[in-house]
Formats: sequence, structure tokens, C-alpha cells
Amino acid sequence: MDFTSLSFVNVSRSYGRRWALSRVSFRCNAGEIVALLGANGAGKSTLISIAAALLTPSTGSVRYGDHESRSTPALRQRIGVVGHDLYLYPELSAKENLTFYGRLHSLPDVGARVEAALGRARLSDRGDDPVQSFSRGMRQRLTLERALLHDPRLLLLDEPFTGLDDASTSALVARLLELKTRGGIVLVATHDLEVVDGVVDRAVVLRDGRVVEMPGSGGSLRERFRLAGS
Amino acid sequence: MPFLQAIWIVTRKDLLVEFRSREVVYTTLFFAVSVLLVFSFSFVREGVAIEGAAPGILWVAIAFSGTLALGRVFERERQNETLRGLLMSPAERPAVYLGKLLGILLLLFAVEIVIVPLVAFLFQAPLFRHPVLLLGLLTTGTLGFAAVGTLFSAMLVRTRSRDVLLPLLLYPITVPVMIAGVRGTAALLQADVDLPMARAWLSMIVFFDVVFVTLSLWTFEAVVAE
Repeated sequence: MDFTSLSFVNVSRSYGRRWALSRVSFRCNAGEIVALLGANGAGKSTLISIAAALLTPSTGSVRYGDHESRSTPALRQRIGVVGHDLYLYPELSAKENLTFYGRLHSLPDVGARVEAALGRARLSDRGDDPVQSFSRGMRQRLTLERALLHDPRLLLLDEPFTGLDDASTSALVARLLELKTRGGIVLVATHDLEVVDGVVDRAVVLRDGRVVEMPGSGGSLRERFRLAGS
Repeated sequence: MPFLQAIWIVTRKDLLVEFRSREVVYTTLFFAVSVLLVFSFSFVREGVAIEGAAPGILWVAIAFSGTLALGRVFERERQNETLRGLLMSPAERPAVYLGKLLGILLLLFAVEIVIVPLVAFLFQAPLFRHPVLLLGLLTTGTLGFAAVGTLFSAMLVRTRSRDVLLPLLLYPITVPVMIAGVRGTAALLQADVDLPMARAWLSMIVFFDVVFVTLSLWTFEAVVAE
């Protein structure tokens, strides 16, 4: 299964009586990095979970190219997620974690891919160390490589810059741009507006679960976000 | 991905994590042995065990230590949201369920290897008189208990009061398996061994296993998806 766009069509999601998302509609295309902005509780993480096919919308639909949003193994094979949590086993080494996920994705030549991923994460010399001995930044770099190990078409990131130093932040931005040039779709929920300013192609702002208009140009991303919020 | 391969990948990972930490097997084993020792002080008088106590004590130890193991195994998946990572992989959800179930079964069998001889020793129970039937009762009984436990543990993994809810949900549903396990084991231990009765209870556990595993495979995706 392959797709070249991700579309949210009137997506709403409720938790009991509370609506986390209300009629959200927008589209991300291949070769595009889209920022998902909004205050805490605006619905960004819920939208990321829906895009990852982990949550189903209460109403509306998500389309991956021409495909409807049923969580099939073929769809999950094409999605990579970097969430709030790392999805890594602290007792296992970096190499064992990546190998485990590589095998779950039925990747050919897992060993070589894992070595390459460890190199990109600058963890080649720590590959056999348990993840619980890593710093937050090292874990975050490993998490990114875990999410990219199977060459996903769609990469979803939820606050990926949290806890990263400048070098790791630059490396992450470089990886996102690389994925973009390869035709990937990147949706990144973040509060680090200065970091993604100039990197993302456009931004979608959520407020109380709804998409609000944001000026397309003029001023920095933070200024435009402030205008959208006012 | 081949279904059986996915099961083995998940099980192998669980065993590797356990091999590194030894957390579940040690705590479960310690708990089970403690239960047996406490019971032995109550039910053994002047070196003679109260008749008929051993089967109940054996299955209570399996149920309590199994509950402890289930809680810990899924707590580990919750701490770093690794269950989410599993569910986002292309592996079939029933394969993830069976992989987790197989991992828990192997842990519980490791505990049983220690506690069954201990029960035989402390309560002078002739447990090894019919080893094949006993093995059948233990295997099927543990499977039935773990099948329901794995489903409920996965379902409750994001619930705040999961430690309270798990036994509340698990014990009433697995009572038939526990009763059949106790009665089947008792039929093997009595002076006049009742093999037809032991086989009848074994058949009943197999029936429950088929029902429980089928229902769990059917519902696992729905209960963990949201």
C-alpha cells in the first residue's frame, strides 16, 4: 500500500462528553512538512493518534491517498510515529530495540539497517548498551531512528524536540528535510516554533479542537501563530 | 508478516526483557513460595497434611502468582507506552496477543516447575503418581487463566485502578478453570485414584480454554485499540 497524501475530512473525536477535536479538515501532501500548532489540550496529540490509526474518529474520516482509514497491517507498515513516549524497552540494548521493531516490520537485512540507523543516531559505539543507561537526547535520537527504520511514507511526530540539545535538534531537522526530499509526508506537533520556522512548509493551528485560520506569510511563525490565536 | 513469526518475535522480546531484569520470575516465585509456606504452617499438623488441602493450595498459588505476573508484565509495557509501539507495528493484533500470552505462559510454567514439587514435599501429596494427567491439568489450567488474564491486563493497561480491577474481573471469570483444576488434581491425589473423573475435569478445562482463547482473539483488537 502506498499513498501520496494524508487528508482529514471533518474529523471529530470525543472523550465522553468532551470534544477533543471538532470537524478538523486539512490535507498534507508528499514532500511536505506540516506543523501542527496549538496550546496544551488543543487536540494535537489526539489528531496525531488518529493519523497513526491508533484512534478512530468519532465522526469524519482520514484518507491516506485513496485509502480509507482502517488500521490494516499494510497501512501501519507505511507509518512511523515519534510520540511523547519513546516506545523503547529500557532493559534492551539500542541494537535489540531496533532489531525487534525491524523484525516486526519484516525488513530484509535487518542487521545492516540497524547498524546504519545506529550510525545516523550517533550511537554506533553504544549499540550494545541498555537503553536505560542513555540520556534523554540519546533516547530521542534512537526513537527517531526506530520510527524511520522501515522507511515510512508518513512520519508523525509529537513534540519531538523536547529534551534535545542543539546538535540533536539540528540532526533531527536534517532528517526531516531528508525525508521530505524523498517524498515523505511529515506532520509535526510542536511548541518549538523557532526550531521549525523555515523548516515547515505550512502550519495548521488548532484551538479547542478546531482549526483556526493563520496568516500564510509575513512575520515569523511565532508572530503568525500569535495572530491566529488572537 | 507470517502470523507464527510475529508471535515468536513478541514472545522472544518478552523473554529477553525478563532475562535481563529477572523481575517477574523472581517476584512471582518468591510470592508463590511464600504462599505455600504460610499454608503449610496452617494445614500441616504434626507432620501430617490435612487431607484434600494440597490441590486447593496448589491452584491458589498459581492463581495469585499468575495475577502478580500479569500485572508486572503489562506494567512494563505501560511504562514506556511500548504496547502502543507494538500496536503500531504491522504485526496482526491477534499475533501480538498470542505472543504476550505465550510469554506469560512460559513464565508461569517456570514458576510451576518449582512450586509443584514444593507442594508435593510440604503436603506429602503424591502429585507425580500420574504425571501426564497432572501435566495436562496444569498446562490447560494455566492456559485458561493466562488467556483471560492477558486480555484483561491489556484492556486495563491505561486504567488508573488496574491493580484493583484485574483480580475483580479475572477471578470470577476463571473460577470454572480453577474449580476444574482443583477437582481434577484432587481426583489424582485421593487414595483411590479416580482417573475417569480427572479426565472429565481435564476435558472441561480444554473446553474453557477453547472458549476463552477464541473470545480473546476475537476481542483483543477492539479492547486495546482505543
